Amino acid sequence: MRLIPTRAWAATLLFAAFAALPLIAAALDDAYLVVIATRILAYAIAALALDLILGYGGMVSFGHAAYLGIGAYSVAILSRAGITDLSLHILGAIAGAAIFAVITGAISLRTKGIYFIMITLAFAQMAYFFFVSLSAYGGDDGVTLSTRSTLFGQPVLEDDTALYYTAFAILLGLYLTAVAVTRSRFGRVLTGARENPVRMQAIGFSPFRYQLTAFVISGCMTSIAGVMLANQASFVSPAYMDWHRSGELVVMVVFGGIGNLLGAVAGATIALLLEEWLAVLTEHWPLLFGLILVLVVLYSRDGLTGFFRRRL
Amino acid sequence: MTNLFLLQLLNGMQFGILLFLIAAGLTLVFGIMDFVNLAHGVIYMVGAYLAVTFSQMTGSYGLGLLLTLPATLVIGLVLELLVFRKLYDRPHLDQVLATFGLVMIITEGVEIIWGAAPLSVQMPDLLSGSVPLIGPLRYPVFRLVVIAAGLATAVALWLIITRTRIGMRLRAGATNRAMVSALGVDIKKLFTIIFAFGAMLAGFAGAMVAPILTVDPGMGESVLILAFVVIVIGGIGSVKGAFAGALLVGLVDTLGRSFGPIILRSFLDPSAAGQAGRVLAPMLVYILMAVILAARPAGLFGART
Repeated sequence: MRLIPTRAWAATLLFAAFAALPLIAAALDDAYLVVIATRILAYAIAALALDLILGYGGMVSFGHAAYLGIGAYSVAILSRAGITDLSLHILGAIAGAAIFAVITGAISLRTKGIYFIMITLAFAQMAYFFFVSLSAYGGDDGVTLSTRSTLFGQPVLEDDTALYYTAFAILLGLYLTAVAVTRSRFGRVLTGARENPVRMQAIGFSPFRYQLTAFVISGCMTSIAGVMLANQASFVSPAYMDWHRSGELVVMVVFGGIGNLLGAVAGATIALLLEEWLAVLTEHWPLLFGLILVLVVLYSRDGLTGFFRRRL
Repeated sequence: MTNLFLLQLLNGMQFGILLFLIAAGLTLVFGIMDFVNLAHGVIYMVGAYLAVTFSQMTGSYGLGLLLTLPATLVIGLVLELLVFRKLYDRPHLDQVLATFGLVMIITEGVEIIWGAAPLSVQMPDLLSGSVPLIGPLRYPVFRLVVIAAGLATAVALWLIITRTRIGMRLRAGATNRAMVSALGVDIKKLFTIIFAFGAMLAGFAGAMVAPILTVDPGMGESVLILAFVVIVIGGIGSVKGAFAGALLVGLVDTLGRSFGPIILRSFLDPSAAGQAGRVLAPMLVYILMAVILAARPAGLFGART
């Protein structure tokens, strides 16, 4: 409990920094900063969603990139159908993600441990192949979006800063929602089911229902990240659901330290900045990234934040 | 039609055998050590690259293949000693992440050494012909050799597991690791051997397909995920399950891709059938997995969940 005020302070600081970022970018006259930061915000939404089930529910989903793809494709598909409003794109993404999450979650949650990891990975691969063979939307090559989503009928999101603040508002809203969820009765039952499902069952809760609900909520939240990513890049392709992307999402959560939500936001920031920085150093940056990942896992059990926390 | 069916049946078997060689090592590691290894697919990929290089160096594919086996065995040993050994007592999440890191390192390392462009290796002249099947149909000798080699490996594995002392320890270790350790078996050494052996099987698979597939850095990934599907279907830790699962997945995938559209055409119009077939065929094995899991969460031959 002692941690909560600390987290509130850290959250205020982090979100204030995000809020001020476009001003800093303007002062530095560096427009690219806003572009990177928008991607960071979108991935932070996804990492936050994953932390909800991974950190609090103990469900290691290695297929969360599927929901990024579902969100991204909802933008492409609805736009082509003439529906351009962001809120409708998000609704479409949530609907698609909910259907996929209910079906695959119900099957995956019959198992646990290694099985769960492999099955979520396999289902994400299934979604990947589905969109690869969807030739109407470019198949493997994907499609370029001619315009971004509109907001109340206005093309305001064409402006990078407006898109940034929209992503920021969504992240902030979802973060506060996620904090509320974990503190609610639902969140307590979820954590209880992670710690001891048999005991939860004995006191009258069905762990499966709570876990499936959390899994679906997480999937829907991740799909919103996909909507934002598609808008940021103005491009949609199956690459969003590549299994490497699923791995990167797990890496973000772990880098930040699992099970405290704010860590996921910090982890997404750290992982993407590290990627950007290493990519400047060498074109073979995945080698260094992989090396850092292996070392972090082997020698720092609570992620990078845990590493720093112990040093401080 | 029957000819096409026979041809695709053989192709499906060959693909299944290949999946078995990869899944066998994975399932032993999963079952006995409760360890998730995402890096198994890249070892298969490295095996293919080594086979290409060794074949070029020696001028013979056969020699290249023979050299690949000890090389991938050593790679397995080194990885076990440096990384995997530290992860056995860790949560699955840590194992997944560390081996994911290894995938990034090895894939990028391969691109640095061999480049990102696909490579190929010359098939040995002796095996490059084809044999007649029924009627005008012919089948490449090399693919039959792949099937035969895979089946021989399966039999050898079965003999090792059921008839030898190390196989006995392996089975005992899968049933109760702590008890076997308490009875004086050096379980660490057993783990190292299994790991290296599994890596060699994956390397063998990579070397076997090098002449018939293009060798590129991404080749391990799709196969890894299919090997997961195989293991989930067969039941974790069961080599028998891996064999049945691999053949099932290989056949369903291959036959689904060629006959799916034909079957759909009987109740859809041709263009819709073609489109639906193209979309459905790659998803078929995952649907199969979902159906089997819904009926048997522990897989076909699995004892535990």
